Amino acid sequence: MSQSATLSKAALPAESKTLYDPAPAVRHKGKGFNWGRLVRYLLLLFFLVVVLIPVYVLVITSFKEGATASQAWYLPENWSLENWKAAWMGYKGLPAIGPALGRTVGMVVPAAIISSFLGSMNGFVLSRWRFPYANVVFTLILFGMFIPYQSVMVPLYQIVHGLGLPAGTPSLIFLHVVYGIPITTLIFRNYYESVPHELIESARVDGAGMLSTYARVVLPLSVPSFVVVLIWQFTSAWNDFLFALFFSSGNNGPVTLALYSMAGGSMLQDYGASMAGAIMASLPTLLVYILLGKYFVGGLMSGSVKG
Amino acid sequence: MPKKLKRYGPPLLLISPSLVLVGVFVYALIIANFQTSLTDISSAPQTTGLAPHRIVWFENYINLFKSDAFQHSLKNLVLYTVTFLAGTMFLGFLWAWLLEKRDRFEGIFRTVFLFPMAVSSVAAGVIWRWLLNSNQGVRASGLNRLFQMLHLDFLQNNWWNNNSIGIMAIAMAAIWQLSGYVMALFLAGFRGIPDELREAARVDGASEWKLYRHVLFPQLSPVALSALIIIGHMSLKAFDLIVSISKPANYQTKVPAVDMYIFKSQYYYASAAAVGVILLAFVLVLIVPYLVRMAKKEK
Repeated sequence: MSQSATLSKAALPAESKTLYDPAPAVRHKGKGFNWGRLVRYLLLLFFLVVVLIPVYVLVITSFKEGATASQAWYLPENWSLENWKAAWMGYKGLPAIGPALGRTVGMVVPAAIISSFLGSMNGFVLSRWRFPYANVVFTLILFGMFIPYQSVMVPLYQIVHGLGLPAGTPSLIFLHVVYGIPITTLIFRNYYESVPHELIESARVDGAGMLSTYARVVLPLSVPSFVVVLIWQFTSAWNDFLFALFFSSGNNGPVTLALYSMAGGSMLQDYGASMAGAIMASLPTLLVYILLGKYFVGGLMSGSVKG
Repeated sequence: MPKKLKRYGPPLLLISPSLVLVGVFVYALIIANFQTSLTDISSAPQTTGLAPHRIVWFENYINLFKSDAFQHSLKNLVLYTVTFLAGTMFLGFLWAWLLEKRDRFEGIFRTVFLFPMAVSSVAAGVIWRWLLNSNQGVRASGLNRLFQMLHLDFLQNNWWNNNSIGIMAIAMAAIWQLSGYVMALFLAGFRGIPDELREAARVDGASEWKLYRHVLFPQLSPVALSALIIIGHMSLKAFDLIVSISKPANYQTKVPAVDMYIFKSQYYYASAAAVGVILLAFVLVLIVPYLVRMAKKEK
């Protein structure tokens, strides 16, 4: 039991662990009133408000109907759900957010699951079997994480079409799996480096082959890392726009593309509906961030590799 | 040999699918893209091989760099990157410093500062498109309207709708999105400094400011370097936010990544590929030293 607790901590890179450790006893000793602290809090509050301004705008505008520019910053006079309805079902020939959300779930879930398993296998091998040049191979894989996808997009487009992969969900699943390999491999490799060697070695002494060691010993240990990777891949595939733009269209694409055409595709400037759509499109990843923030930050910090 | 095969065979088999995929979809495609950039493919029949194409070597690059439009994109990219880097580094560092003490409510501030990262750039673009609306006077909404309400009318401006510096308005939205990330990096840096260092400085009678200036800040320079590299390479790839706030066809806010999309959709595959190569070259300058340094550390 205690072991699984230490392991679940080890799944997160060291940086995020320190971010989330409970505050130690070095808290500021209260010497009565403290000007420094007051200034600090005032500054923090100011920035909090600034960061939240876009959220305020988003929410109030989504509930407004037929408001004029002079009312832009005020609360709605009558709260209306019209924008939400319009965004969900589509209007004036623009893509609907509702069905696009469904398609996004159908694309993101398989993509996240497949990339996690690939990443776990790679991470296991690269951390445990030091074949010649294993580090070089690892670095070469990592490089894929940093390339601008613009630099492969033209031939990629030709290949994906050449393979006959249908545009929309199938193409996007494939692309998120392929280009997710570097980051998922990195997260799992760093995790397996932190798993006690003896655990895996003892399985090998038992005569278990590599595959059965992986399935019987390593996989069950990997749950915390799977959570980090699943969340990471879920969020990045959900929020992806570049691949969606090149490899899908309004009627088979994910929610980012639908939102993009809704907001910019017309001259309507119907901000209310696009704002309602933006909220719908963001809620899933925001919920994940709020509920599982620790794991989200875990992925974020591994993305930065190490300084 | 068979012994080696037995030892390394199964693990290699297990990672071979990934190796093949990365080999093809990263490395082979980079080469294929480079080849395309040396051709004259610039029409629909040529893209499908129905019409012949020929090799023109570096003509596409020369034409790009000679064109005013692409120079404008490069200038925009520089402006965007400088603004974005300066803003995120400043705010990220400041927020981390303010939160470093682990006061009460630290978690709330941290969560709020970081949340824009969980939102897609397209959704962020919807809001910022509204905030950065260039209408002024009675028709003003967004930030311009807010300035009027605060009696700061002189601050009203065109935002992104300005040919020379409009891209900096979009960088503001990017700063909103990513300062929290830089904060998380710096915060991790602060927390990674051993407590003994602080204690020793306090024992020596260093004032709070001196403690930061001479003891803690210098410890953060590796973090600052990583942050600069990561944010810098993100900036080179910037696309989603720009086209969501402005539009791909808008000259004001064009950057190379946007050019690439436009070229591709107009069947100028050769030019699209050349822009891709140029972007890759920029990223390589930043990332290769970083990866090499990291690989050396591992050993």
